[in-house]
Amino acid sequence: MAASRPRNLREMLRLPRNLGDAVFQLAVFLMAGAILAIIVLLGIEIFDGASLGLSTYGFGFLIDSNWDPVNNSYGSLPAVFGTVTSSLLALAIAGPLGLFMAIFLAELAPPWIERPLSFLVELLASIPSVVIGLWGLFVIVPLLRDPIEKTLHDKLGFLPIFDCTPLGLGMLAAVVILAIMILPYAAAVARDSLRAVPASQREASLALGATQWETIWNVVAPYARSGIVGGLLLALGRAVGETMAVTMVIGNRPDVSACLFNPAYTLASQIANEFAEATSPIYVSVLIELGLVLFAVTLIMNAIARLLLWRLNRQAGSHAE
Amino acid sequence: MQNNIASIKPMPANRPQRLRRRLFGWLMIGLTGISLALTVSALIAILGYVLLNGLPALSLDFFTHIPTPTGVPGGGIANAIVGSLIVVGLATILSVPVGLGAGIYLSEFGHNRFGSLIRYLADVMSGIPSIVIGIFGYALIVIRMGHFSALAGGISLAVMMLPSIARTTEEMLKLVPQNLREGALALGAPRWRAILEVVMPAAGPGVLTGIVLAIARVAGETAPLLFTAFGNLNFNLDLNQPIAALPHTLYFYAISPYDDWRRLAWGAAVVLALLILITSAVARVIAQPRVGGNR
Repeated sequence: MAASRPRNLREMLRLPRNLGDAVFQLAVFLMAGAILAIIVLLGIEIFDGASLGLSTYGFGFLIDSNWDPVNNSYGSLPAVFGTVTSSLLALAIAGPLGLFMAIFLAELAPPWIERPLSFLVELLASIPSVVIGLWGLFVIVPLLRDPIEKTLHDKLGFLPIFDCTPLGLGMLAAVVILAIMILPYAAAVARDSLRAVPASQREASLALGATQWETIWNVVAPYARSGIVGGLLLALGRAVGETMAVTMVIGNRPDVSACLFNPAYTLASQIANEFAEATSPIYVSVLIELGLVLFAVTLIMNAIARLLLWRLNRQAGSHAE
Repeated sequence: MQNNIASIKPMPANRPQRLRRRLFGWLMIGLTGISLALTVSALIAILGYVLLNGLPALSLDFFTHIPTPTGVPGGGIANAIVGSLIVVGLATILSVPVGLGAGIYLSEFGHNRFGSLIRYLADVMSGIPSIVIGIFGYALIVIRMGHFSALAGGISLAVMMLPSIARTTEEMLKLVPQNLREGALALGAPRWRAILEVVMPAAGPGVLTGIVLAIARVAGETAPLLFTAFGNLNFNLDLNQPIAALPHTLYFYAISPYDDWRRLAWGAAVVLALLILITSAVARVIAQPRVGGNR
C-alpha cells in the first residue's frame, strides 16, 4: 500500500503523527528556545558593550576607589562597597522580619486572617520601585534626618557608623527602603516553604511534648531550611539589583565611608544616574561593565537560590505519599 | 486524699520549666505578629502618603495636557500616560505569544532535559535586575538604530515579561486534568487542536491572570526605560522616536528641584499605584475558580 512508505519514513525521522502536530510542536519548541536565546544574547550584548572597558581596565577597576570620569579614572570600589553594604544590611533587617512573618502566616494564622494579610504583603511587592522611591525621598529621608539620625549622632556618635553629619539622603535611607522592598519576597518564599513541611513532622514533635513554638523553631523551620535560605538569596538578589528607589535616596556620591549617614552609591544607581551623561565611549563602556558585574553576580545568586528551592520541592514531593 | 487526684500531673518538678518554655513560645509568637504588623503598616504608610499627596494634584488638565515649563501653571502628563500605554502595549504584543508558546512547550512537551533547562533559565531570568535589561535594550537596539525609541523600550519590557508569562502559563496548564487531553485525543483531535481548543480554554482564567499580573509589574518599571524609551516632553505616537512613560516621568519630576514638578510626581504616583493595584485586584477576580454554571 502507498500509505506504508510514508509511515516508515515518518517513524524513521521520529516525526509526530501528522504535519499539524509537527509544526505546532516545532513552533512552541522555538518559543521556549527563545528564552535560552535571549539570555545568551543578553550576555553577549552586555559583554560586547563592556569590551572597551574590559580591554582598557580589566576587572582591576573594581578595587580602585577613585571615580573621576573627567580624568578617565573609573575606580568602582565605592559602588561595589555600597552595593554589598546596602544589600547585606537590608537583608539583616528584612530576613528575620520576613521569616517571622512567614511563620505567622504559615503556622499560626487561621485562613480567614492569613488570606487578606498575604494579599497585603503581595500588594507591597507590587508597588512600583519609583513610587517607593518617591515616598522614601519625601517621607523617610526627612524623618531620618531630623529625629532619627540626629539622635543616633548625639547619643552614639562615638561609634564610627554614626559619626558624621545627619543628612537624610544616604546609606541608611537606602537600607531602610531596600529592607521594605525585599521583605515581601523573603516572606513569600519562606511561607511557601514552611507550608510544604509534612504535617507528620509537627504532630510527632507535639506528641513528644514540645510547645508550639519549639515545634516551629526546632522542627518545622529546619525542615524548610533550604527553601528559607533560597528565599533569602532571592531577596538579596533583588536588593543588589534594585535601582530606582535606591538611586532616589542614597545620595549618589562615589565615596567609601564607614558612616551610615553619608551619601553613597551602588552599582545599579551609578549606572542609572550617570548613563545619560556619559559622553565618551570609554565612560559608557565602563558603566556597561558595571552592568556586567551586576548581571554576573545576580545570575549566580539566582542560580543557587533556584537550585535550593528545587531541592526543597523534590524533597517535599517525595514525602507527599 | 481524694482531692489530691486533681493535683497529680506528670512530672510536677518540671512545672516551672514547662511554664518558662510556654512563656518563651508566646513571646516569640507575639514577635511574629509584630513583624507582620510592621510590614502592613509600611504598606499603609506608603499608600496613605501617595493618596494624600497625589489626589490633590489630580485635575482634568493633569490627564489631558502635556507638561508646561516650570513656573507656568497647569500642565499635565497626558504624554506620559499615552506613552506608557504604547510601550506596555508593545511589550504585551511581543511577549504574550512567545510566552504562551513557551508555557505550552514546558507543560505539554517539556518533560525532558531541555524543558528543565528552560524552566530553570526562566526562573533565573526573572531575577535579572531591570537596569541590566535596560542596558541590554540599549546595546541591542539603541546603539544599532542610533537613537532612543519607544520600540527599544517596548522590547526591553517584553524581555522582562516573557519568563513570568511562560512559567505561569505552564503552571496553569499543568492544573488541567489529564482526562480532558485524553478525551480530546480519543475523539480524534490532533494534539495541537486538543491543546489549543480544549486545554488552553480550560486554563484560560489562570493564564489571563498571569498575563495581567506581568503587565501590571512592567507598567511600573522605570530602569529598563531610562536609556531605551528615554522620555519625551511632547506627545509622541511614533514607535521610532523617544517616548515618555509614567514611571519614568515620575522619576524625573521627583528628583527635580521645583515644587510644581514634584506635585506632578505625586500625581503620577497615585495614578500609577492605583492602576497597578486595581489591575492586580481585577486579575485576582478573574482567577477565582468558577463553580458550576460554566458551560
